Amino acid sequence: MSQVAEQSPGGGAVPAAGEETAYDGLRLRQVTKRFGGFTAVETLDLDVPRGSFFALLGPSGCGKTTTLRMVAGLETPTSGAIELAGHDITYAKPYRRPVNTVFQNYALFPHLDIFENVAFGLRRRKRKDVADAVHRMLELVELESQAKKKPAQLSGGQQQRVALARALINEPEVLLLDEPLGALDLKLRRAMQIEIKRIQVEVGLTFVHVTHDQEEAMTMADTVAVMNAGVIEQMGAPAELYENPRSTFVANFLGQSNLIEGRVLRRDADVVSVDMQGITVSVPAARAHTDGDRGWVGIRPEKVLIGEPGEELDAPGNTIPGGVISDVSFVGVSTQYLVRMPWGQELQVFSQNTGRHRIFRHGEPVELSWRPEYAFLLDISQDAHAGAEEGEE
Amino acid sequence: MTSTAQPPPLVDALPTAEAEPPEQGGSRRRGGLTGYLLLLPATLWLLLFFVVPFYSLVATSLFDPSGSDFRGYEMTWEFGNYVDAVRDYWQPLLRSLWYGGLATLFCLVLGYVLAYAIAFKAGRWKNLLLVLVVAPFFTSFLVRTLSWKLILADDGFVVETLQFLHLLGDDGRLLATPVAVVAGLTYNFLPFMVLPLYASLEKIDPRLIEASGDLYANPFVGFFKVTWPLSLPGVVSGTLLTFIPAAGDFINAQLLGSPNQRMVGGVVQSLFTDANDYPAAGALSVIMMGGILMMVLVYVRRAGTEDLL
Repeated sequence: MSQVAEQSPGGGAVPAAGEETAYDGLRLRQVTKRFGGFTAVETLDLDVPRGSFFALLGPSGCGKTTTLRMVAGLETPTSGAIELAGHDITYAKPYRRPVNTVFQNYALFPHLDIFENVAFGLRRRKRKDVADAVHRMLELVELESQAKKKPAQLSGGQQQRVALARALINEPEVLLLDEPLGALDLKLRRAMQIEIKRIQVEVGLTFVHVTHDQEEAMTMADTVAVMNAGVIEQMGAPAELYENPRSTFVANFLGQSNLIEGRVLRRDADVVSVDMQGITVSVPAARAHTDGDRGWVGIRPEKVLIGEPGEELDAPGNTIPGGVISDVSFVGVSTQYLVRMPWGQELQVFSQNTGRHRIFRHGEPVELSWRPEYAFLLDISQDAHAGAEEGEE
Repeated sequence: MTSTAQPPPLVDALPTAEAEPPEQGGSRRRGGLTGYLLLLPATLWLLLFFVVPFYSLVATSLFDPSGSDFRGYEMTWEFGNYVDAVRDYWQPLLRSLWYGGLATLFCLVLGYVLAYAIAFKAGRWKNLLLVLVVAPFFTSFLVRTLSWKLILADDGFVVETLQFLHLLGDDGRLLATPVAVVAGLTYNFLPFMVLPLYASLEKIDPRLIEASGDLYANPFVGFFKVTWPLSLPGVVSGTLLTFIPAAGDFINAQLLGSPNQRMVGGVVQSLFTDANDYPAAGALSVIMMGGILMMVLVYVRRAGTEDLL
């Protein structure tokens, strides 16, 4: 049985050897790409189900763009195979594969007007009724009135939509998006994320989206594969990745995490008890991703509750006393605290400004707590800061 | 880029303020004399080195042809000089345009391949190759053309090889033929073609070529639909820089050709220096100049790249 991404949340889909039935999506098998001595992509296995919106997320240089270029045919894998709808396309010329790309800086043809840019692929394939198809596509991306303009006359967001239309009109098996929103400002980027997602739902094609923006990946994709140093660290639905990261890299790259060193006391069927700096906390067994006797106890900052010493916090977990507020930033919807713990570590706490709590001040003593089901346990051999800096881009 | 100053509203259903591209070619008015002062050096230069000599040339072409160095010339508005010049020298005139055109065509084909290779395929050899393109300029034009005389000589290896292959008869020769003249012109003006072509090819974003491949254009179609149109500015300026001097050249025709390959430049030169027929020489010069100017205007217009030049 092949594990299809949607069916195996949280796990890298590794197709079992010897499988015969044709897979109708995009499949990468054991794909490796080396440039000289540098390995950009390392024995990558990936299944992208037909019709899904798939995001490859990772810091720059993690191999995600190389992976995309191999699917597009702009690079040839050093080893491994790429299959699309059951056909091996590993060595097919780019102009012979049913794949289209939305390039990072759009790569619109500057000498052609918008209409001709969008018509380019259809004309090359000698399709009939080009004008009708182009007008329908321009309508979809809401650029009909711009058909006679040159790309340089359009704004960044409009150029972006032309690039999308130019690729989409060919109805490819897979549409590749290479950091398509990277050149846009924040507000426009958010609008385009929704726009692209809407179009994907409307046309129902398979989208593979490469990005280093974790928020973008989580907003748009059904399935996110987090890539680091040429390998996929974890793959699954955005919420699944966020709630149950399997490595410190994913925990830090997708959002932020507090990682606290702990010693495993007892492993029960569904709960692992951990001695965390003298306090016993429990972690659901399904969220414990280490077999060692030590590990990183992870908790997302917004899952941590904060209160005055002795206050009843609404959490059945243990109370962790002895914290002192060392930094307060008020961001409107929430307040972000840094709390120095007795063992010297600073933990992040995001507290919603619901009005139930007053806002603590710098230097005040506090207690922390969290619901045990939100905690996760990671392998102690991993770097607690892996992915933290890249995630802040 | 902020979107504070938006040009007339583009119909745009997205409810977001999209940043507009920077205004292009917007002429900013700066009051006062600064602009004129800045223009002054160029104006003086043009006046001194173009308008004055040109005036003198046109005036000469209208002198009484019966004058001479001894008796001096009189301005008699002899428009007949032009009729005479065309009647006597229509062959070298047409030949000049023909040879110049042929040399330009060969330069374009050879130069495009070379410039394309340097721009896209040369990698770290790019700069070295560019230096090599320009290297012939370190030697005198005359010396280079004379050495072509040796290369194409009757007992030279080129002729002997062609005779051996029976592409050339046993008493056939290259020197004193149109082949030699056009070859010399092509050789001498090739760098003028390569450099502008290189400049415009080098500017082409390789991702555009990737994009054309992604959109089902094979490399051949991709070249004609993307690379070629985007290199047109270089093609236009390269062909102009080649055709204009090549059509006016007289050294190649004189050293590598025979009187049968005489071009206008040679005729003008001998009219000036040997025959001392200044009015005829002037008239011929003006005709050639006007002819080339007309052709260039038509060409630039046809190419539709006025704004790219």
